[in-house]
Amino acid sequence: MSIPRYDLIVVGAGPAGLCGAIEAAKAGMRTVVFDENARPGGQLFKQIHKFFGSKEHMAKVRGFHIGEQLLEQAKEAGVEVELNATVLGLYPEHEVTVMKEDGIHHYRGANVLIAAGARENSLPFRGWTKPGVMGAGAAQTMIHLYGVTPGKRALVVGSGNVGLVVSYQLLQAGMEVAAIVDAAPRIGGYGVHASKVTRTGVPILVSHTVLEAKGEEGVEQAVIAEVDEHFQPIPGTEQTLDVDTICLAVGLSPMNQLMKMAGCQMDAGIPVLDENLMTSIPGIYSAGDAMGIEEASSAMIEGRMAGLAAANRIGFLDDASFAAAMAQQREALERLRKGMFAPENRGRTDLTETDEHIPLSQTLLKKGFVTERELEAFPGYTHKVGVHPVIECTQNIPCNPCQDACRFGCIAVGEEITQLPAVQEESKCVGCGMCVASCSGQAIFLVNEDAGEDKATVTLPYEFLPYPEAGARGAALDRSGKPVCEAEVISCKVCPAFDHTALLTISVPKAYAASARFFREGAEA
Amino acid sequence: MKLDRTKPEGTFVTEPDDDLIICRCEEITKGEIRRAIYDGMYTMTELKRFTRAGMGLCQGGTCSLTVRRVLAKELGLPLREIEEDTSRSPARPMEVRKYEHGGDEA
Repeated sequence: MSIPRYDLIVVGAGPAGLCGAIEAAKAGMRTVVFDENARPGGQLFKQIHKFFGSKEHMAKVRGFHIGEQLLEQAKEAGVEVELNATVLGLYPEHEVTVMKEDGIHHYRGANVLIAAGARENSLPFRGWTKPGVMGAGAAQTMIHLYGVTPGKRALVVGSGNVGLVVSYQLLQAGMEVAAIVDAAPRIGGYGVHASKVTRTGVPILVSHTVLEAKGEEGVEQAVIAEVDEHFQPIPGTEQTLDVDTICLAVGLSPMNQLMKMAGCQMDAGIPVLDENLMTSIPGIYSAGDAMGIEEASSAMIEGRMAGLAAANRIGFLDDASFAAAMAQQREALERLRKGMFAPENRGRTDLTETDEHIPLSQTLLKKGFVTERELEAFPGYTHKVGVHPVIECTQNIPCNPCQDACRFGCIAVGEEITQLPAVQEESKCVGCGMCVASCSGQAIFLVNEDAGEDKATVTLPYEFLPYPEAGARGAALDRSGKPVCEAEVISCKVCPAFDHTALLTISVPKAYAASARFFREGAEA
Repeated sequence: MKLDRTKPEGTFVTEPDDDLIICRCEEITKGEIRRAIYDGMYTMTELKRFTRAGMGLCQGGTCSLTVRRVLAKELGLPLREIEEDTSRSPARPMEVRKYEHGGDEA
């Protein structure tokens, strides 16, 4: 029996694994990627939102498009991708066992990269084993990979980015979201993700948890309640919601099993890695969520780092080229790991102001939207005569596509990509809407505070089907999702450059120029 | 293996949600896990072998973290001090017949 040998064996065809394989194969290494799923791309093909970051991180590109690009690059570089191939074990001398349809196969790699991703945490509560209770990732899989919705109306548990993004995706798929609850006293994810969900009318309830799933055959109702500072339910605060789906977005755990069975040194479930992302066993590397939960953009960079390091270790990449390439990746990673959601700030509750010394919106952290009064302090929130951008981006997150969107230089983020975007007072706005479509957080609006006849116009990013047609009437919703006034659709613009973010322009009474931020067709104010 | 095994303080007292299923594959309740801790199972390995929690189809994929949380609470230790359960091949559930004819043997 001869064991096939590779220069690099990658476990997991997600963003980290594919990027590692691409770098290795580009250096001339014989590289194979095994993935247990029928389709490659890991979580990327469930991410239909535009990514944050800057150009080097593929910002404003939707996750699944990034996945398509990576697969193309992997193919070009000569990476073998084997699907429906489950890695079962990792043994001494880098021997890997893989289960395929016809049985168990053995492989040996000069290097092994564990990029197995993460699994969803569960949360036991009364009735949690009923059909209809599922991980938020499972709901995404149903919607994006299988084209079915898990139900009609959902409760989402967890307000981190996963909970917020999945809530929005449920809405896009045509479901209702009754509420998002989080036991923590503040919203865990990006404010912009929270705001785009809140303005559609979904309440985010912090210091709330799910107590019970009720129903005969499956979930029919969810009982939620407020919790005290010790996360204990407060009697008398129970509410019953009619839902048929409960999505749990309560954290992820690294898929570290292969590293543990191989004997890699671990620290509380996280592999101990050197600066090249190598574990305590020479030649075994880890990248992406498997080495510590982050997100896809950093996973891609980590994957590339591990691929480069493996290439250098066995002589496919000389020291000087390796040092230069690695420095570039490290810088890209550093730029991404800044701002108030950076790994070093995780779990911090003492942040009260932005890097620009503007008070952080407490309403945003508690309820998911920024009040008009709080917005006035921010450099992107301006009042001008005529059409102009209004940027409601109030947290230091690593993202700057808006800066390059305006060809008249109307928006500036500056050197650090975590700085808040500022509207340049002197530059003109032609109302093209490129900034609105390019904002991954859907936080930019075009407002004309005086469009004549006592009306104002608001152009907002809109990603729901069907698109409303010009002349359609309904209600304008404010940032909290409350219908505030009547609205009429002026236009709904779609063009390739907007990449499926429609620009919906509505006409509202002048007094609501600063508050109308969403549109619901047919609704009454 | 630590010799100074942390034990729970006091004796087993029932809790209202002891009938809550924690390991759905093996249908092990929170009460069964808690009682096992007071019966002397102070580590994940012991709890697993004694109760079978985490030994079903999903191999602890769903419940492992919850069992660790229950154990941490009863022992009065922070979660990170509760070791994760041991990982062994196969890392995923598989049909035994696939071991019968290894793909490479043919």
